[in-house]
Amino acid sequence: MSLRIDIGHRIGELNLSVAFSVESGVTALFGPSGSGKTTVLKAISGLLHPDHGKIDIAGRSVFDREKGINFPTHKRQVGYVFQDARLFPHLTVKGNLEYAYKFADRGRKLDRKIVDLLGIGPLLERRIDGLSGGERQRVAIARALFSDPKILLLDEPMAALDEPRKREIFPYLERLRDEAGLPIIYVSHSLSEVARLASQIATLKDGKMASFGATSDVMSNPTLVQDLGIRTAGSVLRAQVENHFPDGISELRTSVGSLFIPSVTAPLESVINLRILARDVIISLSKPENISALNILPAKVVSIKKGEGPGTIVELASGEDRILARITSRSAETLGLSVNTPCFAIIKSLSINPGEVWT
Amino acid sequence: METKLLELGPTEWMAIRLSLKVALWATLLSLPLAIYVALILARGKFWGKQVLNVLVHLPLIMPPVVTGYLLLMLFGRNKPVGQFLENSIGFVLVFKWTGAVLAAAIMAFPLMVRSIRLAVENVDPNLEEAARTLGASPLMVLVSVTLPLMLPGIVAGAVLAFAKALGEFGATITFVSNIEGQTQTLPSAIYSFLQVPGGDQAALTLVGIAVLISVLALAASEILGARVRARVGGR
Repeated sequence: MSLRIDIGHRIGELNLSVAFSVESGVTALFGPSGSGKTTVLKAISGLLHPDHGKIDIAGRSVFDREKGINFPTHKRQVGYVFQDARLFPHLTVKGNLEYAYKFADRGRKLDRKIVDLLGIGPLLERRIDGLSGGERQRVAIARALFSDPKILLLDEPMAALDEPRKREIFPYLERLRDEAGLPIIYVSHSLSEVARLASQIATLKDGKMASFGATSDVMSNPTLVQDLGIRTAGSVLRAQVENHFPDGISELRTSVGSLFIPSVTAPLESVINLRILARDVIISLSKPENISALNILPAKVVSIKKGEGPGTIVELASGEDRILARITSRSAETLGLSVNTPCFAIIKSLSINPGEVWT
Repeated sequence: METKLLELGPTEWMAIRLSLKVALWATLLSLPLAIYVALILARGKFWGKQVLNVLVHLPLIMPPVVTGYLLLMLFGRNKPVGQFLENSIGFVLVFKWTGAVLAAAIMAFPLMVRSIRLAVENVDPNLEEAARTLGASPLMVLVSVTLPLMLPGIVAGAVLAFAKALGEFGATITFVSNIEGQTQTLPSAIYSFLQVPGGDQAALTLVGIAVLISVLALAASEILGARVRARVGGR
């Protein structure tokens, strides 16, 4: 299962030029609105025919402008989950699912595994207009899976949902990633969603690929911070759960020492991921004492990238981990930071958002 | 007096039966074509679309008697199309109930197309895109998504057309005349009764019947429409 795409397309002001290839797992397409993310999905699914280039899905050429290959959408076996779910209002939940497997090659019956994966068993007889936003998206994902796709395209499936609904649907997306065994292209402009779900990221800017690589690499690359959005820039750490304290704090072990964060539900010894926002990290040249912050990690400056505004992004190496800190250019100058300067990264425990911690 | 109102002679019965038959056939036969025309007018991009649009609407804006006369010019026994039909398949329209069906269908056609076209324009093309990604061919998308979502408009258009066909007078009487038992529909019968002295009573009875049928048709369409709308997610 794989996807290979190399296309160019002009649509209005946008001059799209995108090339990447992926295997199974989640690949995030990240970028601001209007950067061409949805256009890429439409090209893959055949809802749009690019001006030039080619697209292979699971080793089969479905589009090749030069050779004149252009499979119609219904023959591409692409599962597409739209932002607005697009369930058929004249059918029940079950009817919507049946619609998909009626045209699929494999079994022509209700596959309980998919139903259970998305937890929609109790909804089967319901009508579409009685479903909540989160339920709709789960049904839409199940419906896409029932069509026996070779690849799954998720176009901001959570953009229309409020925070509680997002939390409700997230575990299903993670199970989908782990169990579907398909390449999944996940369009989003939420870095925390991308950090949790995607193993790799392709960032788009004005229709061009700005970067493509493993999620943690792209996220902690200071030169890309501008593209990713400064306010939500941050790095991802992996850590093992060491201890749960009764005062609402959990202790994690990282490559460099202990990290204290608000209580997590993950069991002891399990490995979790957490995202530390660059704006929440303070840099100190000496080890501060008598300070309220619980986390003081020894680190070393790897790179410094001055922004156009008052901010500077400092990339720190702390043990084997990378931490991004966003400080003012004035502070960077006062401290005399340069590559290899030893320092300490200070992180308030409560600045770590429970929504940015996952297993 | 009251019993007299409900007393129907053979002439009245024949007119009622014929009217219902003509209106029903006119509606059923023109429905598939109306759906097709509504679809291409709403969605199609082709040369001559405006011409087709005007052609469809012509019976709505022309005096009915003109439409009837044009039909006579085309389908009369010694006119081009009429002669061809009679010689090839022995089918005669003029002065027959089948001709009344044609006249009623043509007069009702614009109303039907307008109503169905609105329904086509209300179908969300995004749902059709979704169906294509699920593996449905364009024809299957039409049958399984577009048409079901159009159903409320199709029902409304059909009822409207039935009512129009039931009341059609000008084009019908011009094309197929007013022959008792052959082409005398409800409106023609009312007209005939009004032409003879002492016919007002019978005319009044038929008027009452016509009102009754219309109200029943409207009620049926409301009930049917509500059911269909509930099924397609009430928009």
